[in-house]
Amino acid sequence: MNTIDTSLVDWSRAQFALTAMYHWLFVPLTLGLGIVMAIMESIYVRTGREFWKQTARFWMKLFGINFAMGVATGIILEFEFGTNWSNYSWFVGDIFGAPLAIEGILAFFMESTFIAVMYFGWNKVSKRAHLAATWLTIIGATLSAWWILVANAWMQHPVGMEFNPDTVRNEMVDFTAVAFSPVAVVKFCHTVSSSWVLGAVFVVGVSCWYLLRGKHTEFAHASIKVAAWFGLAAALITAHTGHQSGRDIALFQPMKLAAAEGLYNGGTGRGLVLGGILRPDADWTSTAANEESKFLFHIECPYALSLLATHKADGYVPGIRNLQEGGYPLPDGAIALSAEEKMARGRLAIAALADYRKATDEASKAAALATLRENFDYFGYGYLKSPAELVPNVPLTFYSFRIMVVLGGYFIVLFAGLLILGKKVAKKQLLLWGVVLSVPLAWMASQAGWVVAEVGRQPWAIQGLLPNVAAISRLETSSVQTTFFIFLVLFTLLLLAELRIMGKAIAAGPETHTPNA
Amino acid sequence: MLLRRIVKFYVEGFRSMTLGRTLWFIILLKLFIMFAVLKAFFFPSYLQGEPEEKEATVASELTDRAATE
Repeated sequence: MNTIDTSLVDWSRAQFALTAMYHWLFVPLTLGLGIVMAIMESIYVRTGREFWKQTARFWMKLFGINFAMGVATGIILEFEFGTNWSNYSWFVGDIFGAPLAIEGILAFFMESTFIAVMYFGWNKVSKRAHLAATWLTIIGATLSAWWILVANAWMQHPVGMEFNPDTVRNEMVDFTAVAFSPVAVVKFCHTVSSSWVLGAVFVVGVSCWYLLRGKHTEFAHASIKVAAWFGLAAALITAHTGHQSGRDIALFQPMKLAAAEGLYNGGTGRGLVLGGILRPDADWTSTAANEESKFLFHIECPYALSLLATHKADGYVPGIRNLQEGGYPLPDGAIALSAEEKMARGRLAIAALADYRKATDEASKAAALATLRENFDYFGYGYLKSPAELVPNVPLTFYSFRIMVVLGGYFIVLFAGLLILGKKVAKKQLLLWGVVLSVPLAWMASQAGWVVAEVGRQPWAIQGLLPNVAAISRLETSSVQTTFFIFLVLFTLLLLAELRIMGKAIAAGPETHTPNA
Repeated sequence: MLLRRIVKFYVEGFRSMTLGRTLWFIILLKLFIMFAVLKAFFFPSYLQGEPEEKEATVASELTDRAATE
């Protein structure tokens, strides 16, 4: 075995995570704020009130700042695919590349065409044409997100492809299965609706800041009303799609569910952990029979995890230990293989690939191909040295999941509270401060969601097919470290620039005669 | 005629920008750093050569890295 330094895997992951997390600071605000400003412009077109035009233009200005700062930050991720993740890129490029290419074309043509009309077209095109451009800009941005999320969903649940051992590439055989896989659909709905929540929290936060300062009060109340209704609807959709996402995870990534729940020993009629503290010294990777609690304390909702995962109160949910040991019943009635058995079959698949490529006669090729096909579902397991490698970082997944859920619930209460209070909110200083300080919490919830999705599926680059240790390029660890710190500096400067420009625009407030952005 | 109107639309739009000028400067600077510095010096494509060479490299990487019993 030709070993790969684990620090290279860690640094490659860290660099990708850093880039993706910075990129994701900008994207959800684009998706969320875009809808809010489009709704406001729709009200303007419907009522003809100049007030709504100015309101929409102010939020459009902040949208433009965020869009400009965030645009192209995702390109860095594509550089990393080519340099740091070359095996991955080659292995699945035919599938992964298609959604990314569609995303690039959509982003370029749809967003860049209509965004120009949106900013330059006031007083030059009709009201309705301008409104159409605004909606098409945000629809374009949302469709771009669709294709990126299709690519990510495929990594979580690879479908619609066939492995070609001659080219060492997975080739797409069913585009519809890739584009509309249940994981992709749910991931898109959950991610986009949670971005709408973030956009709405941003709008109510900025508006409450104006109320605290006693400035632009009519504007602030109107913005809070629109954003709170929109945010409440979005938060409820996010909760519903989150439930569906949990069901998908139970079906396709049970280890992620077990890690998110801190479920070591599985069983029937399992409860959902509402809150708790994990034992810092808990050994999650051991397979020794151990009924000792992994929690210092926890509160559980009886049967809820089984209901969520299987839609039956007495449904079986495997824990981390069971997933390593196997032998439990699968939803289709079959018995789960142990990690050791999967690893053995994975090694057979990799050896068959090597044999196939070395074979000089048709009979040997056919025999190797048959072995490869028979064991290909476990291909990625052949790179694992021990079942313990299948266990992700449990505390990080567990706490991130709870941060996301608790904050999601908090935003529902926040929006409902703002709607109930109406204009009375202006007199409640403490609450206004609470709303302003909630703005960063929206980003925290959004990032925590991605931590659950990505940390929880470790060690896989592609679920079951390719672990990170096989996906990365054989680079010097020091060169990955260097670029990590370059990005850290670069993205931090970009973020500071955004905060400064955005801060100045917010301080200036909505104008009666806004110049072109 | 239509093309001229479109060009005029963009030219007037860019001329009347205020904050947009700063944002465009940042976008162009960012793209320059990404493509002329990062991509050129820090992110070369790891796989080089003809498709057959890339295929052989990945095949040997994937088979060599398999775990042993």
